[in-house]
Amino acid sequence: MNINATLFGQAVWFGVFIWITMKYVWPPIQKAIADRQALIADGLAAGERGKHELELAGKRSADSLREAKVKSAEIIVAAEKRALQVIEEAKLAAKVEADKVVVAAQAEIAQATEHARAELRSRVAELAVAGAERILKREVDAKGHAEILAALKQEL
Amino acid sequence: MASGEALTTSGYIVHHLTNNTVGEGFWTLHLDTLFVSGIIGLVAFLGMAKVARMATSGVPGPLQSFIELLLSFVDQQVKDTYHGRSPLVTPLAVTIFVWVFLMNAMDLIPVDFLPLILGVFGIHYFKAVPTTDPNLTFAMSLTVFTIMIVMGIKVKGASGFLHEVFCVPFGAKLAPINLLFRIIEDIAKPISLSLRLFGNMYAGEMVFILIALLGVWQLPLALPWALFHILIITLQAFVFMMLTIVYLSMASESHG
Repeated sequence: MNINATLFGQAVWFGVFIWITMKYVWPPIQKAIADRQALIADGLAAGERGKHELELAGKRSADSLREAKVKSAEIIVAAEKRALQVIEEAKLAAKVEADKVVVAAQAEIAQATEHARAELRSRVAELAVAGAERILKREVDAKGHAEILAALKQEL
Repeated sequence: MASGEALTTSGYIVHHLTNNTVGEGFWTLHLDTLFVSGIIGLVAFLGMAKVARMATSGVPGPLQSFIELLLSFVDQQVKDTYHGRSPLVTPLAVTIFVWVFLMNAMDLIPVDFLPLILGVFGIHYFKAVPTTDPNLTFAMSLTVFTIMIVMGIKVKGASGFLHEVFCVPFGAKLAPINLLFRIIEDIAKPISLSLRLFGNMYAGEMVFILIALLGVWQLPLALPWALFHILIITLQAFVFMMLTIVYLSMASESHG
């Protein structure tokens, strides 16, 4: 065992290596590890938050679905009501129109009846005159009779 | 055995345990120890610094993962033992563990391998395992000792440190005895630290050399001893690191 100046040389080496490790090895590695830990922690937190948000979104979508169902049911009921109303209205309008048509037709019928009756009357008068002419076979004052016949026609 | 020494058993052993030196007396330098430990340290720590410089907080590459694993392991040991906050302790522990481990691992290179290659270049003495040189182990333990004293003064203040030296454990009335106790306690630390590492590695190296003397019979023996020695290599690096942490935590915690 001989202790000599090598000791100082080795102490210098040791000091240099401690310095390198302290200055250039440990801090960057420590920082990298710490950063990665923070990153992982953030990621886990974000994952948890995402899960929570998904849950909320699911709840929200279920709510809106239910709401939509209720609303659509309401809309259907209203539509049905409105359809009934429209049908009612249409029925009413049709009835009015039909009545109008009926009235018009009746008026027409009445007119036609009147017309036919007038025609018939004049024909009957003529027939009566002809009959009378044939029965009497005599001189007949056509003018005098015509007045009588006209009077008769008025009476009919 | 490239030199012209006689091929005797003791000559072979002595040859393997002789450092390559320059200088005289105290001002002798063990070139092999300085070179091997320096090159190992430079490769390891500059390599780690290079990986650390490109370290990403995203998905790490295999090298970065390995270094992170190693550093986290050491840092965990520091956190478990050392309760103060110091930017020095973990890097110091990392340096000790990595450096001592790699230098010890030089023991696994067959004992005649490096001297044979270097003999071709005219270098006849070469001790490949720096931790079998007490100069290295004492250099490390005395550096740790200095850091320990400085840290103690820094944490407790000069008066707190002196109070601890003179008044613990028996109170101010027995100050000389306290001082003596303290000196023995503190001197024992670097000596045990360095001699433990030196002794283990020196003995391990010696066994390798003795096995290498057996000729063909070294083959079935060298392998089990090398496998067993892997345990010692790791354990001694870990023990040196752990004791350093313990000493530093003792230095920065009040005794009473």
